[in-house]
Amino acid sequence: MSTQTSESPKVNSQLTALSPRRPSQSYWSRMGRKAVRNPQGIIGFIIVLLFALMAIFGPMLAPYSPTSMKMTKRLAAPGGDFLLGTDDFGRDILSRLLHGAGASFQVGLFSVLIALIFGTLLGLLAGYRGSWIDTIIVSAMDILFAFPAVLLAIAIMAMLGPNLNNVILAIGIVNLPVFARLTRGSVMSVKGLLYIEAARSTGVPDLIIVFRHVLPNILAPLIVQGSLTIAAAILTEASLSYLGLGNPPPAPSWGNMLSSGYGFMQTSPWPAIFPGLAIMLAVLGFNLMGDGLRDTLDPTLRA
Amino acid sequence: MGRYLVNRLLTTLVVLLGVSIITFSLIRLIPGDPIQVMLGPEVTGNRADEIRALYGLNRPWPVQYFEWLTKAFQGNLGSSLRSGLPVSDSIMEKLPVTIELTFFSIVIGLIIGLPLSIVAARNRGKFIDGFLSSVALLGISMPGFWLATLLVLLFSLYWRIFPPIGYVPFFEDPIENLRNMVLPSISLGLAFGATVMRFTRSSLLEVFSQDYVRTARAKGLSGRSVINRHALKNAMIPIMTVTGIQVGRLLGGAVIIEQIFALPGLGRYTFDAISTRDYPVMQGTVLVFTLVFILVNLLVDVLYGVVDPRIKLTTERVGQQKATV
Repeated sequence: MSTQTSESPKVNSQLTALSPRRPSQSYWSRMGRKAVRNPQGIIGFIIVLLFALMAIFGPMLAPYSPTSMKMTKRLAAPGGDFLLGTDDFGRDILSRLLHGAGASFQVGLFSVLIALIFGTLLGLLAGYRGSWIDTIIVSAMDILFAFPAVLLAIAIMAMLGPNLNNVILAIGIVNLPVFARLTRGSVMSVKGLLYIEAARSTGVPDLIIVFRHVLPNILAPLIVQGSLTIAAAILTEASLSYLGLGNPPPAPSWGNMLSSGYGFMQTSPWPAIFPGLAIMLAVLGFNLMGDGLRDTLDPTLRA
Repeated sequence: MGRYLVNRLLTTLVVLLGVSIITFSLIRLIPGDPIQVMLGPEVTGNRADEIRALYGLNRPWPVQYFEWLTKAFQGNLGSSLRSGLPVSDSIMEKLPVTIELTFFSIVIGLIIGLPLSIVAARNRGKFIDGFLSSVALLGISMPGFWLATLLVLLFSLYWRIFPPIGYVPFFEDPIENLRNMVLPSISLGLAFGATVMRFTRSSLLEVFSQDYVRTARAKGLSGRSVINRHALKNAMIPIMTVTGIQVGRLLGGAVIIEQIFALPGLGRYTFDAISTRDYPVMQGTVLVFTLVFILVNLLVDVLYGVVDPRIKLTTERVGQQKATV
């Protein structure tokens, strides 16, 4: 059982020494109670939840096939048979949006998971070990960070070829430095604290110190950053598919729907408007949730 | 200061070297042979090999890289495989467009972001604060290309105030140039403005709780002069950091915005080069993009010391903890 102190080591240290309890549990349940009182975060969470449901069940709810073309119903206005209208091939926009949600959600979630896991590992290694390992990892992250994100993603996509897994990988690589830097910084600030020294002096192996004692204490900023980075990743995915480098057609993706709607916007703007609205709502959900999590988890913001 | 700069420039050089190696390898891993793309499917075999040799593309990668590197140090980035024009000349021709776009986006972002952040921070917790913060959150959640779409729809197609696409060099026709730049700059700059607003607001709130602001208020300074002379100045550091970091996002966004508005800038040039596998152009433009980004952030670091004389520049980077988001 871990006995790390979560908030105020001075007050808690004696207590925990006398009666070993599990402060991490009470910490998270306290955070849970705090989160409920944060309306912004709740709204974000609800949007994210709806988005997730749409990604999972969207294809079942779609009234039409996303690729079936009805040439007689090209660019039909919203309303009637087609709730959000049809595009230039007579395909139902609502059905395409529902089918496209999965790709968008997957890319956001999995690319950030990749970046979070590998970035955190690199950051832990660099921050805890220091010396030349730190120098190498920091320089590598600086180099990755020097590329404009979209440009690097475009180049990686051009190399790997357009398919969904490659989009996830490309955006994951692009976001790696974000988590590596954040983790490294937090590790360095935690590393010198007394409880780490205590663990080390009692002969706890480094690996256990890092994962049992360091990681849980730096988790909060990583979770916040994770949510905000998912928002950014969804935007990047939309940019890539807008440029034709995302999930390849005929599979619907929101970015690609938007770009193909651009051409006949003057007469029928809906194919260009609805996908953008969907992207914005999805991104907004994760941004709101990230902000809410920050307000809940960041002890320095207590005001 | 001098030692710091030398140190930073050396680091920059290392980063650029790394960038060029990564770019070089990435480009060569991109499937598709540039010579075949250039010649079309009819020309194959010996003829294609001859041309490949002409461009030096038949030699081992490390040899190609070091040859490129030595030339690059002399300012020669090779010639485009498509047009035959020197890459450095084309970059010099296209870079001003991208710099103009990025510059206007930053200006628009600051014009929108700074005043709104002051209004929000001064009315903390009131309706107006919540409203502005929500709008800012919407702003950072909106894809730039979608905003561009909406702006074109309203301002070009319905109201016909600004042209939907096109570009005229500034020195040829300044008015027309600016008219062409309005929509792209807003499309790119609004999200930046929203980011600036969010950061400045929280930065101002932090400053407002400081003792010296209370002192300034206590000695009877007006709210306006407390903000202008004391608070804003001290909130500058995070704003500058965000601006520096965001330049990377703006440059990346320029790739897409230039595509939409048909601006002949570096972003469009790069994207076209990637589509046509034009190795020397890709190598050169990516290098310039990263160089601009690094130089802007170096400038930001140097400006820290100007804005806040308490900050002594050391080899450790200042203000980096707020680097993300």
